[in-house]
Amino acid sequence: MTQDISDPVVSVRDAYKVFGRRPERGVERLKAGETRDDLREDGITAAVIDASFDVSDSEIFVVMGLSGSGKSTLIRMVNGLLEPTAGSVKIAGEDIARMGAADLRKVRREKVSMVFQNFALLPHRTVGQNAAYALEVQGVNRSEREQRAEEALRMVGLDGWGGQRPDQLSGGMRQRVGLARALAAGSDVMLMDEAFSALDPLIRREMQDQLIELQHQLGKTVLFITHDLNEAMRLGDHIAMMRDGRIVQIGTSEQILNDPATDYVAQFVQDVDRTRVLSAESIMEPPAVTLGAEQGPRSAHRLMRERQTTSLMVVAHGRRLVGLVTETDVAEAVRSGTQSLDGIIRPVPAVAAETPLVDLMTAAAESPMALAVVDDEQRLQGVIPRVTLLNALADPTSTTTGSMEVIG
Amino acid sequence: MIRAAAEADGSRVIPRVPVGEWIDTGFDWLKDTFEVFFDFVSTFITSVGDGFLAVLTSFDALVLLVVFALIGWALKSWKLGVLSAVLMAFIISVDMWQEAMDTFVMVVIAAAIALIIGIPVGILAARSEKVSNTIRPVLDLMQTMPPFVWLVPVVALFSVGFAPGVVATLIFCLPPGVRFTELGIRQVDAEVVEAGHAFGSTPGQILRRIQIPLAMPTIMAGVNQVIMLALSMAVIAGLVGAGGLGGEVSKAMSTIDIALGFEAGLSVVALAIYLDRVTAAIGNRPAGGGRLSRLLQRRRDAKNAAAA
Repeated sequence: MTQDISDPVVSVRDAYKVFGRRPERGVERLKAGETRDDLREDGITAAVIDASFDVSDSEIFVVMGLSGSGKSTLIRMVNGLLEPTAGSVKIAGEDIARMGAADLRKVRREKVSMVFQNFALLPHRTVGQNAAYALEVQGVNRSEREQRAEEALRMVGLDGWGGQRPDQLSGGMRQRVGLARALAAGSDVMLMDEAFSALDPLIRREMQDQLIELQHQLGKTVLFITHDLNEAMRLGDHIAMMRDGRIVQIGTSEQILNDPATDYVAQFVQDVDRTRVLSAESIMEPPAVTLGAEQGPRSAHRLMRERQTTSLMVVAHGRRLVGLVTETDVAEAVRSGTQSLDGIIRPVPAVAAETPLVDLMTAAAESPMALAVVDDEQRLQGVIPRVTLLNALADPTSTTTGSMEVIG
Repeated sequence: MIRAAAEADGSRVIPRVPVGEWIDTGFDWLKDTFEVFFDFVSTFITSVGDGFLAVLTSFDALVLLVVFALIGWALKSWKLGVLSAVLMAFIISVDMWQEAMDTFVMVVIAAAIALIIGIPVGILAARSEKVSNTIRPVLDLMQTMPPFVWLVPVVALFSVGFAPGVVATLIFCLPPGVRFTELGIRQVDAEVVEAGHAFGSTPGQILRRIQIPLAMPTIMAGVNQVIMLALSMAVIAGLVGAGGLGGEVSKAMSTIDIALGFEAGLSVVALAIYLDRVTAAIGNRPAGGGRLSRLLQRRRDAKNAAAA
C-alpha cells in the first residue's frame, strides 16, 4: 500500500459539530458569519466549526487546545462516536460521517482504536482480558486473542501482568493497558484522547517516549489530543492548534513556535520550553568559511586574518568534519615552518542536526568554540556559536538571523 | 373533620370527583373481562407455591437449618454461617418454623417475579428517557400508596389466600428492582461505555459485557431491597389469609395475644436478618468472591496449572 501526502489516512473536511436544537440551522448561521457566542445566546453550542485537516500515514498528528476548544468533540467525530453535523470525515478513503451503525462498528473494529484519558478499563476483568477486549468484540477465538493480548502487553512493558486486575496497577501501568488494548486491536489508526493528561509528570514523560518508540516500531497513524503544548511539541509531527471550536493553525512544532498564525497562538507558545522544541538544525548558521584538510597552516593563517576570526572548522573531502584549528596553534605552526595541519587539529564538539537545544547546553558550556552541526555521515551542516544559542533562547523573531561571524 | 366542615359550610367550591367509584368500576371491569386470566395467574402462583413449599417441608427443619447455614458460609464467611444457624434455631424454638417457611416461599416467589419484570424494565428505563419518565410516576404510585390499600382490589380480583398475598407483595416490592437497575446502569462510567463503542461493540455486547457487570453491585442492592420489602408486605398479606408469619401476627392482633405476637414478630425479624445478610453478601462480595467462589477459583487454577 502506498501512502503519500495526497493520500492521507484520516481526512477531515469542513466538519462542524453543533449541539442543541436544530443543529443544521446552527451550521448555516455559522457559515453566514455568526459567531459561536451568537449561537450560545440561543442555547446552541458550536463545538467544532469548519475543521479541515489531514493525517498522513505513520505520523503523530496532535490536536492541541484548552478545555472547551472542541478538541475532544473533534476526535470523537473521527471514529463516529459523534456524528458530524456537516462535512466529511474519511478514514482510508471511506466517509464515516454517512455510515450506518453496522458499517461504523466495522470501521471501529478494524481501522480505528482509541485510548482514553481515564483509561476506561473494565474493572471486573483482568489486565489480559482488558487488553483482549477489542479482539473479543471482533470475534477472534480465545487462544489467539490471549496470545495477541499478551504480545501487546509485552510491547508496552507489561508482560507477566495479564492476570492482575486494573485496580492493582498504578495509573501509568493502567494507561499502558489502555495502550495495549488499542495495539492488540491491530488497527492502523490510533486515537488518543488526552491519553497522558491524568498521569504524573515523570510517568507522562516515560509514556511519551514509549509512544514515540512504538510509533517508530509499528508505524501507527496517531491522532493525539492534548491541552499541554509541551506534550504537543514533543510528540507531534504536525500540530493543529484549536481555539473556540476552530483550528487556527496547522504546522510543525517549529513553524508554530517561530511563525505563530495568530496572537492567540503567539501568546500560547510564549511559555513553551523552546529548548525542547527547537532543534540544532533550526538555529544553526552556515559556517562562514571552512578550511580544507589538505591545506596548510599558512593558508589557515591567511584565512583567519582575512575573516578576522580566531578559529576555523576543518573539513575533508565531501565536507566531512575533521576538527578545528585555533589562531595560536596556527601561528605556532607557521613560525616553526610545519607544512601540514596534522597535529594541530583539535576535536570539535559536534551535534546531530535534530538534537534539541536543551541538549546543546552542556556542550556549549564546556567549549569556548562554536558547536558543529553534522548529519548522519558526519558532514558539516552548520555551526552554532554561543551567541546564536543565547539568541534563540531569548527572542522568537531572531533565531535565524545571527551574525556570520564565528567567535572563537 | 374537614369533610364535615365542608358539608356544614354547604358550599362546595371544588366539586366532588368520584375517583373511588371510577377505580372501583375499573377493577370490576378488569375482573369481568380478564377473569380467566386472573384465575390462571392465581392457580399458577398457588401451585408453584405449593410445590416449593412441599419440597421445603419434605425436609426436617434441622436439615434446612444446616442448608441455610451452609449458604451463608458459602456466600461470605463462617460467621454468617453461624449467625444463620442461630436465627433458624430461634424460629424453630418458638414453633414458628412452618409459618416461617410459608412466608419464605411467598417472599421468594414474589421477589423472583418482581426481579424478572423489574430488571428488564430498569434496563429499558436506563436506555430511554421516554421509558424512564413514563414509569417513574407508576413506580411512585406503587411505592407510596399505603400497602393495605393494595390488599382490597387484589382480594377483589384473586379472592383470599396465598395468590393475592403474592400479588400484593409483588406490587409493593417491584419498584426498587426497577429503580436500582436503572440507577446502576446510568451510573456506569460513561468513558468505559464509550470505550465499548470505540472498539465496535454492539449495544447488546455493551449491555452484557460492560453495563450489567459494572452495575451489578447496585442491582444487587436493589435485589436486597426487593426482598426486604417483599418480606414486610408478605407479613401484611397475612391479613388477607395468606397465612405464614403474617397470619400469626393478625391472629395475635385479634386475640390480643402478646406472646404469640412477639414470637411471630421476632421470627419475622430473624428471617429478615437472614435474607438481608445473604443477599447483601451476594452484592458486595470481596475481591475474589466469597468462600465458595474462592474454592472454585482454586480448583480452576489447579486445573489450569495441570493443563500447562
